[in-house]
Amino acid sequence: MKQVHVDVAVIGGGPAGLAASLAARKEGAERVLIIERNTELGGILQQCIHHGFGLHRFKDELTGPEYAQRFIDFVKETDIEVLLETMVLEVTPERKIYAVNSESGMLEIHAKSIVLAMGCRERTRGALRIPGSRPAGVFSAGTAQRYVNIDGYVPGKKAVILGSGDIGLIMARRFTLEGAKVEAVVEVLPYAAGLTRNVVQCLEDYDIPLHLQSTVIEIHGNKRIEAVTIAKVDEKWNPIPGTEQKIECDTLLLSVGLVPENELSSQAGVAIDPITNGPIVDDSMMTNLPGIFACGNVLHVHDLVDNVSKESERAGMYAGRYALGQSGEKSRKIKVVAGENIRYVVPHEVSADEPVEFFMRVQRPQDSVALDVGGLRQIRKTSVRPSEMLDVKLTPEQLQSFEGDTLVIQIVEK
Amino acid sequence: MSGVGKERRSVQVAIVGGGIVGTCVARELSRYKLDVLLIEAEPEVGWGTTKANSGIVHGGFHEEPGTLKAKFCLPGNQMFPKLCEELDVTFVQNGILLVARTEEEMEVVQRYYQRGKDRGVNLRLLSQEELFELEPNLSRSIVGAMYAPEGGSVMPFELAAALMENAIQNGAQLLVENPVINGWVDGDKKYLETPQYIIEADIVVNVAGLKADEIARLFGDAYFSILPRKGEEYLFDLSEKNVVTSTIFPVPSEISKGILVIPTAAGNLMMGPTSHNVPAKDDLATTYEGFRQIYEGAKSLVPNLQVRKVIAQFAGLRAASDRGDFIVECSPRVRGLIHLAGIESPGLTAAPAIAAHVPEMLKDKGYVLEPKEDFNPRREPVIRFNELSHEERDELVRKDPSFGRIICRCETVTEGEIVDAIRRGARTLDGIKFRARGGAGRCQGGFCQPFITQILSRELGVPVTEVTKAGPGSEQVMYEAKELSDREVL
Amino acid sequence: MLKHITCTVCPMSCNVELTLGEDNEILSLTGNKCARGKVYATSEHLHPERTLTSIVKARGGMHPVLPVRTNKPIPKEKLKEGMQVVAQIEAQAPVKMGDVIVADFLGLGVDLVATRDL
Repeated sequence: MKQVHVDVAVIGGGPAGLAASLAARKEGAERVLIIERNTELGGILQQCIHHGFGLHRFKDELTGPEYAQRFIDFVKETDIEVLLETMVLEVTPERKIYAVNSESGMLEIHAKSIVLAMGCRERTRGALRIPGSRPAGVFSAGTAQRYVNIDGYVPGKKAVILGSGDIGLIMARRFTLEGAKVEAVVEVLPYAAGLTRNVVQCLEDYDIPLHLQSTVIEIHGNKRIEAVTIAKVDEKWNPIPGTEQKIECDTLLLSVGLVPENELSSQAGVAIDPITNGPIVDDSMMTNLPGIFACGNVLHVHDLVDNVSKESERAGMYAGRYALGQSGEKSRKIKVVAGENIRYVVPHEVSADEPVEFFMRVQRPQDSVALDVGGLRQIRKTSVRPSEMLDVKLTPEQLQSFEGDTLVIQIVEK
Repeated sequence: MSGVGKERRSVQVAIVGGGIVGTCVARELSRYKLDVLLIEAEPEVGWGTTKANSGIVHGGFHEEPGTLKAKFCLPGNQMFPKLCEELDVTFVQNGILLVARTEEEMEVVQRYYQRGKDRGVNLRLLSQEELFELEPNLSRSIVGAMYAPEGGSVMPFELAAALMENAIQNGAQLLVENPVINGWVDGDKKYLETPQYIIEADIVVNVAGLKADEIARLFGDAYFSILPRKGEEYLFDLSEKNVVTSTIFPVPSEISKGILVIPTAAGNLMMGPTSHNVPAKDDLATTYEGFRQIYEGAKSLVPNLQVRKVIAQFAGLRAASDRGDFIVECSPRVRGLIHLAGIESPGLTAAPAIAAHVPEMLKDKGYVLEPKEDFNPRREPVIRFNELSHEERDELVRKDPSFGRIICRCETVTEGEIVDAIRRGARTLDGIKFRARGGAGRCQGGFCQPFITQILSRELGVPVTEVTKAGPGSEQVMYEAKELSDREVL
Repeated sequence: MLKHITCTVCPMSCNVELTLGEDNEILSLTGNKCARGKVYATSEHLHPERTLTSIVKARGGMHPVLPVRTNKPIPKEKLKEGMQVVAQIEAQAPVKMGDVIVADFLGLGVDLVATRDL
């Protein structure tokens, strides 16, 4: 087996991996390697050809490929090594990575530190258990996006989209622009899950009906999908009898949630948070396995790629430091707890040694509230929504002033 | 005679139906110097009832004495280890547990124990303590169980494909995408008409599953009916692989063996099936009610099954006969016509034994079957990358770089395996899923399907827009970019 | 006549109500919580604009299609015509991000540019 020795190995060459590798290199780690399974770097951004990325980072509204290209160009200017079309098969707690590609066969990569940046996969029809037959023409929205934007194929000409998150809304527009009629977007919540801007520019612009508090209760069709039956749902998301409606279509897209891809992490023994489905990390983005760090969508599902870059730069920096043997013992262990109306917070544990940027999501929408960070800070928010991640910074000084070993972050009424 | 202009073929044996029994028969008859043709309606073998089979190789203790089910099940079970070894099909002999949730049920278990022992099945009764040591995740309300160590699991479509491959290796021929639409007798010859062909045969073996009664009727045998009985199954993520080791059976009801918890040969845990008659032979829909029944039944056996770990579900139709038993007999009217019908549970287990019986049936009717000296019972071994060690993988890729490109991440399936599956007969996305596991994992093709589509397109020499999920009419991506651009959609 | 426009400038998503006169001119507007909302709603009513992002067929590159965008927003009513023009284009690799694929797209003074290297 080919032996490779590196300082920092980054698994995944999407926005998280690209930012982490640059930060690790900048920190002084000399041999930084990105391992990417695709034929090119950029990850999921390469198929996100719409604009809206980088508003915070670059003060511009870039398309996904443009955002990716910026970071790819940065990486090209360094001596960061890249292995493309290489699939990681196993990560061990001793930081050995087993990967395979056609050129070299199996690779045994010895890394002083590892950054997990594998991103997400989409929730499937099977996971939702949508009743009915199993014909051709049912896709998760991201797969359809890849077919259209990278491979140059349009799956069908009459579509229904389940899920009004941004991926579903964006695909409603993509399909329409490519000549496929979108009959309806169906959403189980009483409001659209994605950005209002996308509702306007992807649905309203094209008069695509949005069915709220509804879901697909049956898929029809023998060889190819012919129709779906949708129905209204109650507060428990159960279909309400008598509200069924059949919509003819030849394509169904599912935009029903992202799941961080942590199979490699779990198999290595990384402790996973069952709420985020991502690794439990401390304020240096390190998991419970020494020298193994995580960032980006594999850690928790982000909505702004700018935040992915920020978070990943931190992970990369700490991974670099670790590889250089410069990580010290933490002075304290403060557990971070998701309190009232907070679904999760990352990182899960802080010391008072480093500045921290918390990322979190609320459980349900609320207006006129404040975000209380362990009593150390209170930030007013006119409205909070689950689809919009919140972030809060704390300085080491603020953390040092914190007493106790449990810091609760919660929403309070104002 | 109809079908003017259709190509004619003349064979000695025509097998109608490429399910598990039909492919078993094809292999069996390919041992002899016979010109054998298997005619299958679907694009690939094993796509009728077989595809939805739970894959359990039964212990041989369930069946009512005196039935054909009893006659063929245990012998079939005994044939499985050698059959799967020869065909390089994964057979997991992980045992079967029949569990009792009450003392009354334990009495029923005792009766099955006696029945099985009388028949010669390898069986053991377990105390609660032994049971929970074997299976720590079983419900603590279970009072006792019977253990059949020689029961196991196989992937039914893998086995059907392997049987057909081996049959073809030994001279049999396969015709797919050709349902039999008409049939008649003329003297000694039987005729079968499909959309493309008129086939003339001396011997017809009717193994047509759900349509076996319709095929029989073409030849004037209208004395049995096939009553489709639906069953749904739900598959778990590979992460749940070791929740149980053996297949867990509750005490059976009148119409079914019950809701089971099944470790499949591919590694996924599975729960199901339901069992109820349906009117239509093409009703393959899964339902909310079916899931509810299955989850309730499965949880009563294994309480900590996690519903959020379900990754896929499917439904199939058992080809049950109105006799309530297998139909394994020669036509009373037409010499050389054999009906192997109503092969519901334990059909998969019984298949090798039923198939082995067919030469006897033919000899009884005066047909002469001369064995081939060069019959090769072994098919070319299949490479399973995900089962190899890292060193073995390295060696493999150096020999053939196509094994260095992982296409399906969830199941660790390489391009080399996918190309090999196509070479062995896979022509569709479902074919790749069933034979090579590509797309069968937790992301259900979300990542790999575009790549698999490209590989099928390349290997079959068809445009991507003609690659199908499951045969004509199920093309997965229908249009090229800009092909729809002049439609009035905007 | 009343018209409703949802402002997309910030997550507040104010529902702006415009009162329109006979010639579709804005007589008054309410519902916006800040001045940016007034600017947005006015602009969106008088001359709604959108950035067009799409793909064009491509030859000689790693992929058979190339993602493109207008480098400035174009009038919303021109999207349909724009897509028809886009459907006829075939780009030739190699292409660099930012390369002009169609200059002065639809005569609107904006360019259609590549958004990646190919």
